[in-house]
Amino acid sequence: MGQWYMLTLVGKDRPGIVARVSKALYEGGCNLGEASMFRLGGNFTIMLMATAPKAAGDVDALLKPVCAELDLRCHVDPIEGKLHNHVEPNVRVTLFGADRAGIVARATGALAAAGLNILHLESDVGGTEAEPIYIMQIEGVAHQGIEALRAALADMAREGVTIHVAPIDTLIG
Amino acid sequence: MAVLPILHYPDPRLAEVCAPVERFDDELRALIVSLEETMRAGPGGVGIAAPQVGRLIRAALVDVSSKRDVKNHGRVVLINPEILEWDGFAVGREGCMSVPDYTGNVIRAERIRLTALDETGAAHEYAMEGYEARAVQHEIDHLDGLLFLDRLVSRRNDLFRRKVYQEPKAPK
Repeated sequence: MGQWYMLTLVGKDRPGIVARVSKALYEGGCNLGEASMFRLGGNFTIMLMATAPKAAGDVDALLKPVCAELDLRCHVDPIEGKLHNHVEPNVRVTLFGADRAGIVARATGALAAAGLNILHLESDVGGTEAEPIYIMQIEGVAHQGIEALRAALADMAREGVTIHVAPIDTLIG
Repeated sequence: MAVLPILHYPDPRLAEVCAPVERFDDELRALIVSLEETMRAGPGGVGIAAPQVGRLIRAALVDVSSKRDVKNHGRVVLINPEILEWDGFAVGREGCMSVPDYTGNVIRAERIRLTALDETGAAHEYAMEGYEARAVQHEIDHLDGLLFLDRLVSRRNDLFRRKVYQEPKAPK
């Protein structure tokens, strides 16, 4: 197995981005690993692990024509990483409320101090332009138990942010 | 008895619909003992089904009594199980000994009523809820050739976003 790279691609959303990017990588001899791909604010964003039998510059060169054609910005970094390295989350935190500045910094700061290691975070702004609401979903490992997380967010809950902290107890069958 | 090797996806035997058990003999009882040893040998295993060890018969067992604060019936042998009633639904995280290094969210009924035979052929009826009900549904799926992978729902949205509905058209 060659060196792993982390590829970051961002551009205005349009149909066919994933197909074109993955085809160029496949034809260039790359192997794809874990990925997250989302539309964020009208942009399509890709974070993608790929191995390549080549140097980082060559992976760049491989993607250059596709990026030019689809108007994507691309960044390639060699990483230390591997597959089959998942960590199981044991807690899910859902937080939502009227959008206001500082909500993420405050919540994640309190959670980190209470022992949460975030594995996965997604957030979105919904509602209307006049009355936006902020929704955040986090999965992670609570190293000091989930009561500590609830306590850490109690002030925000009193101020009207809705917070759910629920254990994830993965069933293995 | 023995800890048996577990089949891993994409072994095609995991996709087979299993045959009902007809003979309640020593061979069946030995298989149940081995299944239990195999389940307990795996880290965190709370259920196992015969097809996971390559035996394509409708036999499984669950035991969620190791989990804290979970209502349970202890060790439950499920031979020719039939779910009679489903009620409610919940999203929960599942993994599988036959699918290493991957877990995902699956919707299951919250409460079920079922019948099953034990390894002596005696019939039992159970009312189960929560984690135990989830484990039973996961194992019965194995008997029908289904994995939790067949039932994955998005990891992303626990809050299911509502569609924006079109305004009803004005009557003509």
